[in-house]
Amino acid sequence: MTELERHTYDVVVIGAGGAGLRAAIEAREQGKRTAIVCKSLFGKAHTVMAEGGCAAAMGNANSNDNWQVHYRDTMRGGKFLNNWRMAELHAQEAPDRVWELETYGALFDRTPDGRISQRNFGGHTYPRLAHVGDRTGLELIRTLQQKIVSLQQEDFEATGDYEANLKVYAECTVTELLKDGDAISGAFGYWRESGRFILFDAPAVVLATGGVGKSFKVTSNSWEYTGDGHALAMRAGATLINMEFIQFHPTGMVWPPSVKGILVTESVRGDGGVLKNSEGKRFMFEYVPDVFREQYAETEDEADRWYKDPDNNRRPPELLPRDEVARAINSEVKAGRGTPHGGVFLDVSSRLPAEEITRRLPSMHHQFKELADVDITAEPMEVGPTCHYVMGGVEVDPDTASSVVPGLFAAGEVAGGMHGSNRLGGNSLSDLLVFGRRAGMGAAVYVDSLQERPKIDEADIDAAATEALAPFELEGGENPYSIHQELQQSMNDLVGIIRKEEEMEQALGRLAEFRGRIAKMTVEGHRQFNPGWHLALDLRNMLTVSECVAKAALRRQESRGGHTRDDYPGMNAEWRKKLLVCALDADGGVNVTEEQQIPMREDLLELFELDELKKYLTDEELPAK
Amino acid sequence: MSYKGKFRVWRGDSDGGELKDYEVEVNEGEVVLDVIHRLQATQTPDMAVRWNCKAGKCGSCSAEINGMPKLMCMCRMNTFAEDEVVTVTPMRTFPVIRDLVTDVSFNYQKAREIPAFKPPADVKPGDYRMQQVDVERSQEFRKCIECFLCQDTCHVIRDHEENKESFSGPRFLMRIAELDMHPLDAADRQHAAQEQHGLGFCNITKCCTEVCPEHIKITDNALIPMKERVADRKYDPIVWLGNKIRRRPA
Repeated sequence: MTELERHTYDVVVIGAGGAGLRAAIEAREQGKRTAIVCKSLFGKAHTVMAEGGCAAAMGNANSNDNWQVHYRDTMRGGKFLNNWRMAELHAQEAPDRVWELETYGALFDRTPDGRISQRNFGGHTYPRLAHVGDRTGLELIRTLQQKIVSLQQEDFEATGDYEANLKVYAECTVTELLKDGDAISGAFGYWRESGRFILFDAPAVVLATGGVGKSFKVTSNSWEYTGDGHALAMRAGATLINMEFIQFHPTGMVWPPSVKGILVTESVRGDGGVLKNSEGKRFMFEYVPDVFREQYAETEDEADRWYKDPDNNRRPPELLPRDEVARAINSEVKAGRGTPHGGVFLDVSSRLPAEEITRRLPSMHHQFKELADVDITAEPMEVGPTCHYVMGGVEVDPDTASSVVPGLFAAGEVAGGMHGSNRLGGNSLSDLLVFGRRAGMGAAVYVDSLQERPKIDEADIDAAATEALAPFELEGGENPYSIHQELQQSMNDLVGIIRKEEEMEQALGRLAEFRGRIAKMTVEGHRQFNPGWHLALDLRNMLTVSECVAKAALRRQESRGGHTRDDYPGMNAEWRKKLLVCALDADGGVNVTEEQQIPMREDLLELFELDELKKYLTDEELPAK
Repeated sequence: MSYKGKFRVWRGDSDGGELKDYEVEVNEGEVVLDVIHRLQATQTPDMAVRWNCKAGKCGSCSAEINGMPKLMCMCRMNTFAEDEVVTVTPMRTFPVIRDLVTDVSFNYQKAREIPAFKPPADVKPGDYRMQQVDVERSQEFRKCIECFLCQDTCHVIRDHEENKESFSGPRFLMRIAELDMHPLDAADRQHAAQEQHGLGFCNITKCCTEVCPEHIKITDNALIPMKERVADRKYDPIVWLGNKIRRRPA
């Protein structure tokens, strides 16, 4: 029998970013004993990297804003592929979730009348993002972290034990979910520090593990983003949707090489920054697609007037949704109009006074000064696309965040559907709060509904332990770092921002080869805080997720949002009706099947003009008017 | 552009360890963390190091570089001469787990001992009204990325294990100041700062401010004002009398 420590909980939340912490707060407030398990220290999750803000139609900056407008913007941003029920819940509940943060102690930037200030962002009709300078994610994570601490303080008052009902297991990785028949019975993992195994006996697991960016070479994502939740869900029998849609953020740093990919917030453009090519031209005016033509300015004068008078002018094209801007930058660089380091110029220095730049964009100013020796108040930045976000994820019920596996829930980036084919900036932080809470509640309700608690099978524990130790067993194999680098290069080159059939076929060939090499790799040293071993285990997940991305991308023969096919450049209304669903087959390979989208509810359809719907829907889907 | 850099890195665990010498490739534009990663990938796959965002935003990769507490991801290699030996050691104030990774649980314990934000009783969510000028004071302190470099450098606990019990360190004294200056916090913070968290230990040498990667003026803007508030109250004769009367047993 495997030697391990055992803990019993009602709900186990995997991941301690915004979604995980909000889920844990909810589960605990619903009276459930809850554990949070995270790979890093408490408070370090990737949410801290979010810069721009949290989208919520509070109407503080423009009173015309409301949830219907936010809903429309979200659906347009996702090119109508979004799960409309998720987009509806998100738009309706986001304001309450933001206001709730103030009761936890958050301090957002303010309007002159003392309310929460809201800023402009790509694809949002009105200024909508609650923010704190350009460090909104840090504020969000610290606020939720401090709320968790305050709940622990309540438990201490009542029981004398801070961790009686809510405990954080930091630097602890879950490698396998366990089941009793169809239903979740627990989770198996290891302490990163000691390498010792740990078992959570729990009927409900909430996945909040974030994204998959570490499968790509140029990415804004941290090492944690290895698609753990995506892969755990699949191995437990759940399904993933929309995995072909990867968001390449248009503005990542391109120089120096060691920071290539690090994010440059969209707020730079929201606050007036413009994109220029090496000829000094504001090229975005050339790239406004037909579906957005009526909403964006055609001249620089009109675009510039919009910042002061948004009601009578159209938006600058720099604020198109991210997929459009990323493709435009890619085209400019390919056409030979790029900067010396292969990007384009993003200039805010000629647009705002220096003190205004350092006040509104302090961490960008700091980041460029310290890492690239560039003073953004005096000179332009060089930027280019970077892998930023995966729209795809676990297929969930919109209201409860439940996957198809009883007891398994997912929220945040690891869940799929909400953002369709492309996420709007600012909709991620609000997504975490809205669906984090719903997942915590969904898990609590599920636990209450159980007649009998699922039991853990000892044989499953032994199997999970054997699997986790496999990389130590072999000698003379490859080291995981080199396989990881090759995987990242392949995904970047062959399933990146612009895709072609032959290249994706080639990628699948390489992935099959990596599968063989990963089975034979060797880890040196012992189990105590061994990064080589940690990477070896994460690599399995990255491989599974990469297969999902490549296979789904090969299947979808159209271009939409975060999926651009050189060989199928147009958007196709027939494809909009289809979701590509990934599941594991018996021998661990990825299987992709088509599923029909549920047609949008009529009252939501009526929020759009018929002319706009015609751009996205087939004739049969259009409302009979 | 590329050269062989000389690195000296502390390797070991809680039972002890030593500085080991390495020669490793260094390229243009790199930071110390890049070089540590290259060591891991090419020579020492089991070298333990904590890191996350690699952009100075998460505060995970704290260490001491040539004796100075710094984030490895924000320490550029071009600040050293090519033939200079770069020495990287774990933070000294916290117990070593392995190599560059330390046990920072002290900080999480201290965080838990500070009562949370107490929302005003009569204001509903959505009705909070605060002026920008009033939130900016606490916002400065909320820039903290919890890298714990200020805790590491603070001489009150750096070589004085015995003070850890009664001193929470600059990070958490600043947290109390942040709550005290929050326009809507309904709790009293000043008494606890002095009595339970050891504000009196701080003799404002400003070492914490010096190492803060977020450039927060910890001493000037958080600790000194907090000391003044405490002093005002402690030595105000009317408050003193009021406390005496109120504390009288019933």
